[in-house]
Amino acid sequence: MDNVQIMTGNTAAAIAAKLCNIQVVAAYPITPQTSLTETLSQFIESGELKAEYVRVESEHSALTVCISASTVGARVFTSTSSHGLLYMHEQLHWAAGSRLPIVMCCVNRGVGAPWSIFNDQQDSVAQRDTGWIQIYCRDNQEILDSVIQAYRIAEEVYAPVMVCYDGFVLSHTMMPVSIPDQKAVNSFLPPYKPHTVLSVENPYNINPVIFPWLRENAEGIICDGYMEMRYKLQKALDCAREVIVATGKKYAKLTGRNYDEMLWRYKTDDAQIILTGMGSIAMEATAAVDQLRKDGVKAGVAGIRVFRPFPVNDVRKAFSKAQTIIVLEKDISYGYEGALCSDIKAALYGTGINVPVHNFIAGLGGRDVKVREIFEAVQQSLQEIAAGKESNKTIWLNCRK
Amino acid sequence: MKNRDKNISAMSTPAIAEGGKTGDWRDMRPVIDQKKCIPSIKGKAACYLCWLYCPEGVVKAAIPVKIDLDYCKGCGICAEECPAQAITMIKEVDDNG
Ligand code: SF4
Ligand code: SF4
Repeated sequence: MDNVQIMTGNTAAAIAAKLCNIQVVAAYPITPQTSLTETLSQFIESGELKAEYVRVESEHSALTVCISASTVGARVFTSTSSHGLLYMHEQLHWAAGSRLPIVMCCVNRGVGAPWSIFNDQQDSVAQRDTGWIQIYCRDNQEILDSVIQAYRIAEEVYAPVMVCYDGFVLSHTMMPVSIPDQKAVNSFLPPYKPHTVLSVENPYNINPVIFPWLRENAEGIICDGYMEMRYKLQKALDCAREVIVATGKKYAKLTGRNYDEMLWRYKTDDAQIILTGMGSIAMEATAAVDQLRKDGVKAGVAGIRVFRPFPVNDVRKAFSKAQTIIVLEKDISYGYEGALCSDIKAALYGTGINVPVHNFIAGLGGRDVKVREIFEAVQQSLQEIAAGKESNKTIWLNCRK
Repeated sequence: MKNRDKNISAMSTPAIAEGGKTGDWRDMRPVIDQKKCIPSIKGKAACYLCWLYCPEGVVKAAIPVKIDLDYCKGCGICAEECPAQAITMIKEVDDNG
């Protein structure tokens, strides 16, 4: 029997972490993530979850505790938002370079200055190049499902995973979520086997200084230089594509919910106009697509679920018949365009798909993104493109200039 | 390539030579004049300030005093501290030659 409960995104994330039998939690409260870690500390306090909650004075320390605990073989969890994530930046690189399967929830929030506690995705998009796998969730069910899958993916490829979801829009909004039972999760998620070995009998120094070139150690073994180590991380993330898809398929068998692609599609089969985006904004786009279709526009949505590793082949397939692409995103690479937009264009380069791409920068700092606004902006883009002007353009949606 | 390390993150063990021959980036080399070195002159353990000060621990407090050039980084501290001015720093030629 399905156990469906109404809950916020933060509760869904906490329940998922509990189902994964996490052993160590270290987190520092920050809006809008706070209720997630509060829920976890309640689980631990009540004895429902047998884990160690390490209280820290900052996010930098939170991730450092997770790095240490993961190194000695514990399954760890942390979560943060916005400035907390930025404060972790150094340790994000450290976690990935140490190849530790840490799972973190990033409850997406805008970044100061000026201060904002409201949602956009600048925080996690700005951490794109730290070597973490990044998954974006479109609703609360996906939050729960993604956290559980994240541990399996992380522990198979030995790379950390950031599960990102929109602050308030999902974190504090109640939705029905189906909770798998503990036995099912246990069978899906084998125990964590650390690749690092800390033992008094056989002492090791983990992460010493690495020189530019390879070195021969005391036993005559050729050890990697810095570039070889970094190449291994790149290969791990490249290989993660297959693992993510295989994990999604296995999870689908368990729950009946479909995760067999690194993106999801809505009415794309005959779509000429494809809208894309990450997280809840892409869900919003599905409602706009319904309206567009009523108006006779053959539109669909391809929602990007995994941003790193970038789903190059899935994107090529999903956009192969598109005549126009609209990329909606809650981030901007200042001085250029939205980060997702650049990646989508790069994935299509050389494939013969050379269609107009309009980039909508939307919802920064929590500005509401209404279905009607997406609908109207798409109509306007289509008119401009039909009139032969502006085939590539960045549009700040609903911004009074 | 022979015996490649399979670790996916960087690791090392506490052992001599673990970091490779770290002396290869030295551009000055310490040379001891045994005719001036106190333990050599006296024929017994004495002084050994070079051994005490060497930050790399590559000076052997023996008779005569020896420096392991595989790991000496050429900092010149031993030469600076030697009370008998028995150590001279001389320029290395080409590639550690
Ligand atoms: S030059 Fe420096 S490293 Fe070399 S023996 Fe003297 S003190 Fe030690
Ligand atoms: S410090 Fe000078 S005199 Fe003393 S042991 Fe070393 S080389 Fe000899």
